Amino acid sequence: MTELTEGHTVKGYDVDLAGLRIRLLEMGGLVLDQVQRAVAALAGADGPAARAVLAREEQVNGYDLRIDEDSITLIARRQPMASDLRTIISIARAVSDLERVGDEAKKIAYAALDSGGKRNTKLSAQLARDVRHMAHFAASMLHDALDAFDRMDATGAVNVARRDTELNAEFQSAVRRLVTQAMEDPRRLAAVLDAVTVLKALEHVGDHAKNIARHVLYVVEGRDVRHEDTNVLIAMGEGK
Amino acid sequence: MTVDNETEMTPVVAEDRSVASGEAGVNVKPSHRQRAGLDLTPQPGAGTVGTITVDNPIMSSRDVNVYYGDKHAIKNVSLDIARNQVIAMIGPSGCGKSTFLRCLNRMNDTIESARVTGSITMDGRDIYDRRQDVVQLRARVGMVFQKPNPFPKSIYENVAYGPRIHGLAADRVELDEIVQTSLNRAGLWDEVKDRLANPGTSLSGGQQQRLCIARTIAINTEVILMDEPCSALDPIATARIEDLIDELRASYAICIVTHSMQQAARVSQRTAYFHLGDLIEVGETDRIFTNPRHKLTEDYITGRFG
Repeated sequence: MTELTEGHTVKGYDVDLAGLRIRLLEMGGLVLDQVQRAVAALAGADGPAARAVLAREEQVNGYDLRIDEDSITLIARRQPMASDLRTIISIARAVSDLERVGDEAKKIAYAALDSGGKRNTKLSAQLARDVRHMAHFAASMLHDALDAFDRMDATGAVNVARRDTELNAEFQSAVRRLVTQAMEDPRRLAAVLDAVTVLKALEHVGDHAKNIARHVLYVVEGRDVRHEDTNVLIAMGEGK
Repeated sequence: MTVDNETEMTPVVAEDRSVASGEAGVNVKPSHRQRAGLDLTPQPGAGTVGTITVDNPIMSSRDVNVYYGDKHAIKNVSLDIARNQVIAMIGPSGCGKSTFLRCLNRMNDTIESARVTGSITMDGRDIYDRRQDVVQLRARVGMVFQKPNPFPKSIYENVAYGPRIHGLAADRVELDEIVQTSLNRAGLWDEVKDRLANPGTSLSGGQQQRLCIARTIAINTEVILMDEPCSALDPIATARIEDLIDELRASYAICIVTHSMQQAARVSQRTAYFHLGDLIEVGETDRIFTNPRHKLTEDYITGRFG
């Protein structure tokens, strides 16, 4: 029942649905790359790289519009039912999550541009590690969420949701360390605030990955779990 | 895909049957073994996913089988028909949905080779009982067909015919009143009030179909069976019939067979999916079209049938 893209009597329907899914995954790959490049630009204080990220934002928006438009056309033309309907609705929801991941990448890229200009805002070694670690964590969650979407894999989706709790804990402890730094040396306050913005952006990337995981569960289980507690999702993954 | 029929269904069916046991004359009180889920004798509707029962049904079928000669057209179909509700029967051609519909007012009696087993009750009474007056049954359970089939008579006579032969009107005034009320309910009165003497066949297809509905409800009908009532109509006439169905549901139980899944989704509150004579799944329409439980239902409504 989760084998969704193929087998319609009307072959064109399969083509439309498959196209929609492929474009969503392409968009996912693009925003994942945006996050990774933005983080790299920040770590290397690489202004041109940050500007390249910002320039690609238009592509992300292009995908957003195109997928939305295609979803609406598909609904109007094919009147999708059951798992097809859930898939299309989930794709439309996932697109808006991906679009916002793109926005988070943009915030990180702006932070990278800012830090390039101000010498004394260079991140401490500890903070650089925190950012690197959280960026890696959030990017792998997003990657796995997209992978779960591609294969409509409920177990993979639940694992993503589970890891969001860890990411949030990482965020909290990184913020605590930042507060300590700010208290020790108030001159670094501006740098600390920039760093919080970046960490917060990465935390949001994790939240969107978790949302995408929930959309997968909606397709597979037929249940809207957007407002369910993570523990409920984990219970679903373990076979109820 | 899990079929939680057993766990979910058994208590409902057991309760329903114990209530009905008075007329059925058989001991169907659930034994302890049944309650413990140990009884291996199949429960009615055991092969169906979803809830076949409703509270206070107007009609109930249990283990209905229909044979046309050697052909086993319907297999152990158990299904309740609810009052003031539209139930849609869907499924590919030859799945048995129309056959089942025709069982509900014994239209299959007219087919020489047809044989019906199992029980169908209306308000608790067996409609296949030898003492059942079939004409009376068909008055209570009316039928609207795929092709509008008004009598070759005037619009007025089309509606007045039934009440007259059933003796529902004492005089012309009463008959006029029934004709007007019925045409009104069928949403046709304003269009035909000035030409009641014109032949029924002079109306457009959609109007003819509404005339047939008016004819059906003119005789104290309680259940309206509709066998693809819109398949010969254009989208606007179809929309008017669908709107009418929604209004009629306040006063009647309606069973509609349709090939249009969109129509089933639009007009019904419950949907039953048939496949090769089996009732595969029954459930709330909202759920069936968003989250069917059976693979066959899913394949059919998403258009994946081979």
